[in-house]
Parts: sequence; structure tokens; C-alpha cells
Amino acid sequence: MDPRPLWLLAELTYKCPLQCPYCSNPLDFAGPRFRRELATDEWCRVFREAKALGVLQLGLSGGEPTLRPDLEELVRTAHGLGLYTSLITSAYRLTRERLAGLKAAGLDHVQISIQGADAELSDEIAGTASYRDKIAAYHYTRELGFPLTVNVVLHRRNLHQVEALIRLAESLGAERIELANTQFYGWALHNRNALMPTKGQLAAAWQVVERERARLGTKLEIVWVLPDYHEQFPKPCMGGWARAYMTVTPAGEVWPCHAAGRITTLTFENVRDHPLDWIWEHSEAFNRFRGDAWMPEPCRSCPRKAQDFGGCRCQAFLVAGDADATDPVCSLSPHRHLIDAAVAQVERAARGERQPEEWTYRAAPASRALATKG
Amino acid sequence: MIPHLHAKARLQRDEVRGREVLLYPEGLVGLNPTGAEILALCDGARSLADIVATLERRYGASGLERDVTAFLDGLAAKGLVVYGP
Repeated sequence: MDPRPLWLLAELTYKCPLQCPYCSNPLDFAGPRFRRELATDEWCRVFREAKALGVLQLGLSGGEPTLRPDLEELVRTAHGLGLYTSLITSAYRLTRERLAGLKAAGLDHVQISIQGADAELSDEIAGTASYRDKIAAYHYTRELGFPLTVNVVLHRRNLHQVEALIRLAESLGAERIELANTQFYGWALHNRNALMPTKGQLAAAWQVVERERARLGTKLEIVWVLPDYHEQFPKPCMGGWARAYMTVTPAGEVWPCHAAGRITTLTFENVRDHPLDWIWEHSEAFNRFRGDAWMPEPCRSCPRKAQDFGGCRCQAFLVAGDADATDPVCSLSPHRHLIDAAVAQVERAARGERQPEEWTYRAAPASRALATKG
Repeated sequence: MIPHLHAKARLQRDEVRGREVLLYPEGLVGLNPTGAEILALCDGARSLADIVATLERRYGASGLERDVTAFLDGLAAKGLVVYGP
């Protein structure tokens, strides 16, 4: 069997005390599709099956994974299997004791998000007062000897803080800072007009990143996730469909990435019904976009197809309405005008020609309302 | 000069692919048998010269210093290997 997965993202729950408007979770996270969360023994079985399949890197994410009272047991199992285990958390109410317990259970790495460089902006974007907890947890993480990643999702409201965010990560002794420009899926797509940055903002932030990379060297790794709407070619999404990654949702559905569940023309299997290796190897959804036989033009004859794999299937579905289409971000795509229009509207707003839009916070009542609306 | 693995990196057997791998936050490096052997000798006690001497003895070879140094420098550039005093 080839390829085999290296990465598993385990979304342990979609419950979250934060309400970030760029959340990548499904809009209907509070709906019936995700209600029946996997039990401890089911997750442990998933981890064993993942390891046997070739997975080496495990991300424990959500929602907020620390809301699971069995997190320590899940970490212990993953560690026992030899998986390199990362906790991806908001750190809301995360105590030193809890982190020490996770360290003892074998957790390898902690990634803590922050929404802005100061309490006022960070808490406003998160929709929940959480900045103080995050700063405290960053210090606990370092005191306990974990490698630390500071994760920031960037958008129009916080891009001006890139320098302050890098300085914050540096002062904390973090190993990495992920400056992840918003990718427009889930809640981020719903709130796209409110989050889209201007070209000027991105250019200024990129200058800072280049300068700070030169200054910091290996002391702090600065990861810059490209704002793909502003690029000429699509991202090589997930290194190609179902080649290296898989996501298991809180209720056990298995997706080739954490956004794929929105592609309504595909059927996704559940770990409650099938072993993970069968889903990886045989399920229709995983095989649908493997290789390049599915590709339409302009991808089919494009020399870049081995580099970018036609871009992102989810973006093709969400923006162009067709999961088989070339990623509309590609300048060669017949749908590129849809991306250009989304980019242009923020430039008009920046020039004062139209009202900037408000975002909808990610929260269960809004999720249920949106799910009903379809 | 004593090379050792950075605390964030961990050597792990990848049974499925029959190799050793170096795992670290959000990444991994697949190792060939020689690379795995070099890293196994980076125990925080052996100096670079000790490691080279051990490998040269083991293989009855000489002049391995350049290859060993290039391999470790490559990992040091990624922050995965650190040279101690």
C-alpha cells in the first residue's frame, strides 16, 4: 500500500470556550453530525490503527482538547505507541498541574494559540477573556521543558501586530511561531469579508517576517502560512489529497483534511464502522482525488501538477461549486475571478468605498442557526 | 565539541517503513542506517571526535569525519542537533 499516512489530526471535541471568527471547524459543529463523541477506548483503537498504518505524528486538537477529561489517558496511549504527540490548545484555564500531568503521560509538544499581541485585541478576537491564561500557560510550558509553538491566525484585524507577536514568542523562549494567514474554510469562509487582509497589510507583515527571520536564525523558527487568495498559484494542499494526512472528527468520521467534510458530493466513512486502514486504502472519499487521473484542464496538461496537485479540493468545492475543478486560487483557473472579487471588496472597504463587515463569532447558537439555514 | 539532539527531537523506529526517523514539532526526517547510527552515538557524552573514531573502528574505515560533520551540521541548521561544550 502506497502512500501511507504520516500525520493524524485527532479532533477530540468541537466544544470550545473560545469563539474565534476564523475557526476552521465546520459551521454545523454543534449539529447532529458531530454529537456522539468517540469514547476513550475508541480513540485508543484509532491511535493503534493509525500507528500500524504508518502514522508518526499525532495532533490532539478540537475544539478545545483539554475539555476531554480523558486527555491524559489518550496521551499515555499515544506515547506508548511511539507517536510524536502535540497538544493544540487555546490554553483557556489550563493549569500548571494539568500540563505537568500531560508531561508525565508523555506529551511531546505544546502548541498554544494567541489571537493578538495584547490582552485587549486577543480577547476581542477570541470573544472570550483568555489572554492571561495563555500567557501563564506559555510560561508553564517552558518551565516544564516542553517545546513550544505559538500559533497565531492572521487576518485584517491583527496583521499589524506581527512584529509584536514575534517578539512575544521570542521573549517566551518558544521554539516556533506559526503565523498562519487565514485559510478560508469553515467559519473563516463565512466571515471572509470581515477577515480578508489588504495587499498592503500583507506586504508590510511579510517584510517584518523576512527581517525577523534574518535576525533570529534557528533561535525561533518563524512559519509563514501563505495567504493563498493573494498568490498566483495554489498551495500544495496537504501534500496532495490522501497522501500523508488524515483527520478524525469528534464523532469518528475520517477526512483527508480538516475541511473535507464540507464537500457534500463525497461520502465519508466512520471509524465506528470500518478499521482505519480500510478507510485509508479503500474508501471512495480517500481514493476520489488520489493521483492525477481526475484532473481537468488546465491542471491535466500543467507542468505544475506534480508540485501543487491541482491545489485544494475543498476550496474548489466551496468557491467554484465543483470539487473536481482546478483550485480557483490558480491564476489559470476559469474561476479565478471569484477570488479576485473577494480580494477586491476589502480593498474598496479599505479605501472607504464600502462599509467594513462585522464577523459572526463561532459559537453553538450561531452554529445551530446556520445549520438550520443550510 | 559534543553534539546532542535538541530536547524537541526524538529518535523513533518507523516499523512500517523499516527505518529510523527523527521526530520533532510538526516535522520528521527519515534516516538511513548510517544516519541513525550517528545519532545513536550522540549521547551527550561522546565528542564529535569520539563519534568519528567509533564509526571508523566499527567499519575499519578512515576519513569519515567530513561525512559525519556534514550530516550533523545539516541537522544543526534545522535546530535539531546542538553542539555543546
